[in-house]
Amino acid sequence: MATPHFLVHSPKDNVGVVVVEGLRAGTDMLGVITATDKTLTLKASNDIPIGHKVALKPLKRGDTIIKYGEDIGRMTADAAAGEHVHVQNLKTNRW
Amino acid sequence: MAAKSDGKRHTSAGNLSFRGWRRENGRVGVRNHVIVLPLDDLSNAASEAVANNIKGAMALPHAYGRLQFGADLDLFFRTLIGAGSNPNVAAVVVIGIEDGWTKRVVDGIAHTGKPVVGFGIEGHGDIATVAKASYKAKEFLHWASELEREECPISDLWVSTKCGESDTTTGLASCPTVGNMYDKLIPKGITGVFGETSEITGAEHIAQARAIDANIGEKWMKVFQAYQDEVIEAHKVDNLMDSQPTKGNIAGGLTTIEEKALGNLEKIGRNCRYIEVLEPAETPAAGPGLYYMDTSSAAAECVTLMAAAGYVVHTFPTGQGNVIGNPIVPVIKISGNPRTVRTMAEHVDVDVSGILRRELTLDGAGDALIDMVIRTANGRLTAAEALGHREFVMTKLYRSA
Repeated sequence: MATPHFLVHSPKDNVGVVVVEGLRAGTDMLGVITATDKTLTLKASNDIPIGHKVALKPLKRGDTIIKYGEDIGRMTADAAAGEHVHVQNLKTNRW
Repeated sequence: MAAKSDGKRHTSAGNLSFRGWRRENGRVGVRNHVIVLPLDDLSNAASEAVANNIKGAMALPHAYGRLQFGADLDLFFRTLIGAGSNPNVAAVVVIGIEDGWTKRVVDGIAHTGKPVVGFGIEGHGDIATVAKASYKAKEFLHWASELEREECPISDLWVSTKCGESDTTTGLASCPTVGNMYDKLIPKGITGVFGETSEITGAEHIAQARAIDANIGEKWMKVFQAYQDEVIEAHKVDNLMDSQPTKGNIAGGLTTIEEKALGNLEKIGRNCRYIEVLEPAETPAAGPGLYYMDTSSAAAECVTLMAAAGYVVHTFPTGQGNVIGNPIVPVIKISGNPRTVRTMAEHVDVDVSGILRRELTLDGAGDALIDMVIRTANGRLTAAEALGHREFVMTKLYRSA
């Protein structure tokens, strides 16, 4: 299999994790869901650093973000599929 | 240079073993340190002078030990006595400003049966104390240096875990590698431990469900809730952003505590269940198996508490490159972040970045870690040991009197 650009923990997740360095906007990315070995493709909307999250589908402000199949917080701004998801648009539900 | 992820050497045999030092109380150590243990901050200078005189003796300086009281004092003594009692320590010289609490530490360590002696500074001064303590440290060192390793079953090994400077690669690669190791070695009778109470926030429902039974799960939830109420909620001024998750976590792509917690819990694998909930620095007493310890998520504080509980090898997944070590316990660094493996190679013992490239399976990574745990137990120095990382850090519950 070709080296993936991003990995997804669970089929329930709406974000993936970029696992290559120097990912540029416009890259046609290959992703793998680690729980199922299923592959998917997605075009990167931003330059995204290694280890940072990418939206797998269009996300609205207020949406719950699912990673590991679990709730990891809430969107504070919209993000398109392929867009960088981090502190600028995602916030904890706790504390 | 990080070791290659081959990992079949010790795992194909089925009967795993290592060569360690069996101590007077039956516990097995993988290092043979003679330590000079200061009772308090005031005794650091004399302790370091002894370690300077006697090459091979090691001082464990720390910042506390004066005017502590109540639960904070109990934890302090448990940590100090626990460090001296750890089977990686062959013999101990304790130096304190006065005789009373010095004796309390000496008596606590003496329960193990290992050689231990204490010296008080008051009435003698640093110089005379250093002279007396140096003669004793030299005697202990000669004795310890002739002790021999013996073949021990893997069930004699106590292996702790705590991750640090985590990022999203720790949840994908290095933490589940530790989990795979525990899933394979806990059934073979090792004693394990995980902790980091604040860092389970958002995954507490999963952690509670991994208890051996409902009673232990409820006990765990009480500890978790107490930390939330008495530490976090009592002292927070914001949502802890930049503290938990840390600046380094955020730089590595972790956004929320929930995300960090879910990655953290990957360290306990798929099948392990914890059998008891320990106080900080408390020695497990319910037999082999996985334990939970109520600890801070700060690396040096947590590893120091686990060392004081008697764990002899520590497995430490890192994403962004935490460089921590411990004076008496070898700390094995595991990283799956290819940038960290490249830019901080001298700190990484096990490179599992192949998991991200789908070149290495979790099963293979777990075997590679087991191989490194056994090599480390047999004497291979970890990156942290070679680089001189000896972070010995007390957990302080509140201000001294």
